[in-house]
Amino acid sequence: MASWLNDLSAQFKLNFIDKDRWRLLLNGLGNTLLISLFAVLIGILIAVVVALVRTTWSNNASRMRPGFRKGLLHFFDRLCGLYITVIRGTPTVIQLMIMYYIVFASSSDGVMIAIVAFGINSGAYVAEIIRGGILSIEKGQMEAGRSLGLNYAQTMLYIIAPQVLKNVLPALANEFIVLIKETSIAGYVAVPDLTYAGNRIRGITYSAFMPLIAVALIYLVIVLVLTRLVGILERRLRQSDGRTS
Amino acid sequence: MTAGLHNTNRSGEPGEVLIRVEHLKKHFGSLEVLRDVSQEIRRGQKVVLLGPSGSGKTTFLRCLNLLEEPTGGKIYFEGQDITAPHVNIDALRSKMCMVFQQFNLFPHLTIRKNITLAPVKLKLQSREEAEANCEKLLKRVGLYDKIDAYPRQLSGGQQQRIAIVRAMAMNPDVMLFDEPTSALDPEMVGEVLSVMEQLALDGMTMVVVTHEIGFAREVADHVVFMDGGVIVEQGTAAEVLDRPQMQRTQDFLRKVLK
Repeated sequence: MASWLNDLSAQFKLNFIDKDRWRLLLNGLGNTLLISLFAVLIGILIAVVVALVRTTWSNNASRMRPGFRKGLLHFFDRLCGLYITVIRGTPTVIQLMIMYYIVFASSSDGVMIAIVAFGINSGAYVAEIIRGGILSIEKGQMEAGRSLGLNYAQTMLYIIAPQVLKNVLPALANEFIVLIKETSIAGYVAVPDLTYAGNRIRGITYSAFMPLIAVALIYLVIVLVLTRLVGILERRLRQSDGRTS
Repeated sequence: MTAGLHNTNRSGEPGEVLIRVEHLKKHFGSLEVLRDVSQEIRRGQKVVLLGPSGSGKTTFLRCLNLLEEPTGGKIYFEGQDITAPHVNIDALRSKMCMVFQQFNLFPHLTIRKNITLAPVKLKLQSREEAEANCEKLLKRVGLYDKIDAYPRQLSGGQQQRIAIVRAMAMNPDVMLFDEPTSALDPEMVGEVLSVMEQLALDGMTMVVVTHEIGFAREVADHVVFMDGGVIVEQGTAAEVLDRPQMQRTQDFLRKVLK
């Protein structure tokens, strides 16, 4: 037993303490969080625009008069559909490599490229979550807003959006958890993220257990913290259900 | 009148034509729901639309504020052709508010917010004015204690009374009711109808689609019976309900009153 413990602490020292190797993990963690955070923001931005274009088209196409505005909206609807098809139909790692080796071939800022690639990827999935959320709101809500004289945008903003947010939050949280873990492929384009750091330590020390378990635990902690935060937000948004008051 | 539910601070003579509908047609695909309906609604009038389901009465009502876009014909509101292209429909809708069968309160907002949102966001009233108006109206319908509740905490009848208050808070020129009591439990119908009766006494112009014959008899000064997308018969409540001339009206009333 004692020798096992001794062995463990020796492994710990070798993998994390010697030559300050923990700094590799810390740096990797920083990159993982940086990429995840900004990719989520870009993803939401893209997703909101795409979901609005697609629902606005499907809500209003039948009653719009033919003309430039209708043609333009139709074009953007098709474009958004194509975007979702392509992103969902190809592996993320391929998208990442296309970004790194083709689209941004002249740039060497791997973190920036990863942010863009993961943001565009996440946007397609989140767009469908938000679109589903908008479609799940009863038609009467839009009609009630419009019948009071609010325009389409105002009704979306004040009536539909807050209800959508509440409904899609669990699915959205799930998507962000997936995204954080998916950034672990950033190493494919030489971005030193958390996974890359753990793998690098493994390559130096020739011991797999310590660095890989450490990396797994760190991901787990990030996800647990995120889950907790979303839970708090969800409870606050659920106020109007009349369950808490 | 200042003590009434409805602020009659708008210009306009009682009795002038408020809404004029000319040869209104509406198709849903190949289904003809309205075929050539013409009707005038005068300021202060209470018009009740009766008819079997599928007769087009709800579609007619929804065409008035363009929730359904007419396939043909014209609708004039306060002299303006609202079926013309590039009409600011939002400004018009704020003057002809609708009460729905399913209430359609905003579930994420308190009653206070439900009522004050539109007047404040549309800058028709300051927040203080809107709040004061909201409190006054809620006291009138006996729901002031619910002002900070959420819709889900209210009964159906209470929700529909709030929906009526929400429409009234806009100070509209006309209110449209789309089967306002059809989704209610029987014991809650009365409280909603009494709010509507009060509103009628205060001089509000009302267009009401309903199956409540009693309400039509009490309140309506014009009853329109529709069937198959056309107006079959119209006149005073006594004329249409007590001495119907047309066979279809008689059949309908016999079934409803049975």
